[in-house]
Amino acid sequence: MSKEVLSVKNLNMHYETLSGDVHAVKDVSFSVKEGESFGLVGESGCGKTSVAMSLLQLQADNAKISSGSIQLDGVELVGMNESELRKVRWDGISIVFQGAMNAWNPVVKVGEQIREAIREHYPEKSKAENTEKIESLFQMVGLDATVIDRFPHELSGGMKQRAIIALALSCDPKVVIADEPTTALDVVIQDQILNEIKKVQQLLGLSLIYISHDIAVIAEMTDQMAVMYAGSIVEIGPTEKVFSTPKHAYTRLLLESTPSVVGEKKKLRSLDGEPPSLINEIIGCSFSPRCPDPSSDCKNPIKEMGLVEIEPGHFADNCCVDCG
Amino acid sequence: MKKNVIEVKNLEKYYEVSGGFFSRNKDIVKAVDDISFEIPFGESLGLVGQSGCGKTTTARALCLLDPKTGGDVKFYNNETENMQNIDNLEDEELKKFRRNIQMIFQDPYESLNPRWTIKDIILEPLNIHNIGDLQDREEAVVEILKTVGLTPASNYLPRYPHELSGGQRQRVSIARTLIMKPKFVVCDEPTSMLDVSIRISIMDLMLNLAKDLEVSYLYITHDLAVARYMCNRIAVMFNGKIVEIAETEELLNNPIHPYTKRLISSIPVPDPSYDRKVYDVNYDELDSIIAKHGTDNPMVDIGNEHYIATHDVKGLI
Amino acid sequence: MNKNIEQDLQKQLRKEAIRKNWNLFRQSKLGMIGLYIVIFFLFLALLQPFLFITGIWNKGVYDPVVGYEAIKDTLLVVECPKEYPTEKYESMKDCPGEGEINVKRLYLAPGVEVGDYYEAFIQPAPPSSRHLLGTDSLGRDVFSQIMEGSQVAFVLGFLSATLGVGISTILGTIAAFFGGRVDAYLMRQSDLILMLPSLPLLFIISAFAELKVWHLAIVLGVLGGLGGSVITIKSQALQVKVKPFVDSARITGGSRWRIMFSHVLPNVAPLALLFMVFSVTGAIASESVLSFLGLLNIDMSWGIMIYLSQTDGFIFSGLEFWWLILPAGLAVTLLAGGFYLVGRGLDDVFNPRLRKR
Repeated sequence: MSKEVLSVKNLNMHYETLSGDVHAVKDVSFSVKEGESFGLVGESGCGKTSVAMSLLQLQADNAKISSGSIQLDGVELVGMNESELRKVRWDGISIVFQGAMNAWNPVVKVGEQIREAIREHYPEKSKAENTEKIESLFQMVGLDATVIDRFPHELSGGMKQRAIIALALSCDPKVVIADEPTTALDVVIQDQILNEIKKVQQLLGLSLIYISHDIAVIAEMTDQMAVMYAGSIVEIGPTEKVFSTPKHAYTRLLLESTPSVVGEKKKLRSLDGEPPSLINEIIGCSFSPRCPDPSSDCKNPIKEMGLVEIEPGHFADNCCVDCG
Repeated sequence: MKKNVIEVKNLEKYYEVSGGFFSRNKDIVKAVDDISFEIPFGESLGLVGQSGCGKTTTARALCLLDPKTGGDVKFYNNETENMQNIDNLEDEELKKFRRNIQMIFQDPYESLNPRWTIKDIILEPLNIHNIGDLQDREEAVVEILKTVGLTPASNYLPRYPHELSGGQRQRVSIARTLIMKPKFVVCDEPTSMLDVSIRISIMDLMLNLAKDLEVSYLYITHDLAVARYMCNRIAVMFNGKIVEIAETEELLNNPIHPYTKRLISSIPVPDPSYDRKVYDVNYDELDSIIAKHGTDNPMVDIGNEHYIATHDVKGLI
Repeated sequence: MNKNIEQDLQKQLRKEAIRKNWNLFRQSKLGMIGLYIVIFFLFLALLQPFLFITGIWNKGVYDPVVGYEAIKDTLLVVECPKEYPTEKYESMKDCPGEGEINVKRLYLAPGVEVGDYYEAFIQPAPPSSRHLLGTDSLGRDVFSQIMEGSQVAFVLGFLSATLGVGISTILGTIAAFFGGRVDAYLMRQSDLILMLPSLPLLFIISAFAELKVWHLAIVLGVLGGLGGSVITIKSQALQVKVKPFVDSARITGGSRWRIMFSHVLPNVAPLALLFMVFSVTGAIASESVLSFLGLLNIDMSWGIMIYLSQTDGFIFSGLEFWWLILPAGLAVTLLAGGFYLVGRGLDDVFNPRLRKR
């Protein structure tokens, strides 16, 4: 039984804006074991990136964690001050952003930028040690050692992204968050990068949190997954189970609205409408306005909400179980 | 014999790039390099390839936005009931032709003029071509809004694009494009910037309209799964060339060209228990095969209306 | 039936949009300060004709150019000694004192002796209850002159700004659309105008022609319109030109002119409006400089007021005749600055990325 590396309990996060508080993360709980791959899927605005940012506490100034706990290897992260957090970032948890390949400083060589990150956490290591480390990282992600002395603009999109992964691994973190790391990349390169990530994860025994709106990628990359909607988790469980027996109406619709190149060509279902605004308190089921087949119960706020266990390890938000 | 709505032969779009301040040599970038295809009435062709392969350039050349540098493009002319080359048309003739060719763009945020109301945006094609009188035009606008699912029309007409969501904007684009009932519409990845959950509703709308109005699409995308959903036939583009073209299911079940194989095998499948078919060529070998076979090859018919670009057919099957 | 709903919705949406933009503008402190200043001077500009029409002010007295009021004062004639200090006066400054007048100034008046009482006309007269800012050396009410100058400033400002922005917007859009030689010519023209120092150019022009207010407005407008703003508008037009909605209009069959004027211009307009506000600042400042140098043929303006106080020698009298210099100078600075601040405020509305949240 591998142990829990990251544990998130009842996390609540909101953004303070001129129009009111936007509740981006509502009562989110999940845990990631050592060496495990955890997927977070949902449409844009569902809160998945907000969750990622909260884990590292890298959110915007107007974002506040109102309650909840984030524990990394037993150490509570919520409530830490900036200097303590800086030690945790990159060393404990690191992140590969969306569009991260554009996050390279164009006037500094790639190798030097990675060295900077290592120096920040391990100032005592020598330059030779760091270079050796970077070389081994690059080998892991499939980059030639000569890339160390290149500038970002000399690299292709795929190479930049691999370098970003190397950067994320440079301080031997326990958990790596990958937030849509392969959008804007060609499907062929995406495949290569995803393979590299899997390989690296197995090699280093890393825990991976993979965030995407593309459920096909989640299907291939993750062991456990959670589906998010309007800031909350509506279904969570082992990836195989969620795909084979989806229980929540939203999950089902998501799966049935994704075209695929394999299998029979079937008629897909569509999901109309917009996700709800996160500013106002949502009374009752947040999904019911868009549910294609709501029951009379749905508008009734008294109906029991919250996650219920469907089978061991597989939970779904009670209000939409077996609907749609 | 199927009537074709468009016939493209040996289309070329070359760009001259100067080699630098001191170099007299001008490099030629062959964005589109000798491609040919036909689309019959009522059918749709998917143009699939990775970014930079030339699909958007092809789209723009067909819509007469950026003039081509070589090749023939023929459209069906209703009046003469014949294919007509669009090269040397007079302004008036050209304007008439434009009624039949339209394009739907990828970015719902930039494809509508932010200073125009929805009503004006959809009215514009009718105004440009002077169709009917004002009342007819306004009625047509209300009709088409209903068809694309934006009802009640009065709720949308006076609004500005920024007040609508991405999906709603694409519907407006579709309404504007189809109000003239064109025969041929180029769709440049119209759903790639929309949320995954609403893509299907937009694609279904486009499919229904294609059936009702007898419109043919050239559907450009990098996503084979989407192309499969939308199109009868798919053409795979690589480096400015079409390397393989076949009916959708035939292409997916029986890909021949190494690039197509590689493309299909790279696509993630939304089923964790599915083992992706790994074609028994490893990636490094694939690269050298593509380099050997990739370009400058005529299209060979291997039966079943399935064409691939290669000399050495036997070596690949 | 639907039409009415549509029209009602349209009106409602318009109102909401205006309210939203107004709220945005309100958030900019600088913009609001500028707006208050501009409104204040607009009020002044409109106040003068109002006072005349309603008869509250007698035109004969208060007209800024030809009005006249003699402020009389009875003064004791004294002779100022050559050496100081004396019993009566501490230094040269103290003679003549309050209520006194130096006999030397009355050399033209017959039969005046030291010790007599003389009825003198005080011109310029300091502020009083009848003349809130006093009178100038010709007995004209200074407050009325300020109001007149305000009218001149607004007329000049808007005429020249509108003309200038109109020209540069059209030229910029044409340069963006036609490219090639047309573009090259227009850019070189802009470069030339940018290169020429504007004030000396205005000096030369005013030497050849008598410039009244609207002449000056046209000159400033044309010069401004052909200058650097063409380049900026052109670059904005170029950005709009490559947007998909322009492609869409082209594919539909729209002509080049239609696209330029119906599609591109409206998207360039906010930038043009911004330019307009900023160029009013320049116009007001230019006028005051040119008038100060006596190059303009305007009856009354703030610049003229300062010009007169300089030619009459009052500028060098320190603060003694402050009402001849300070109000006019302050007015120019305040209104020119006010328009600039409004421009800054508008910038916040039009450039959302500059907003804070």
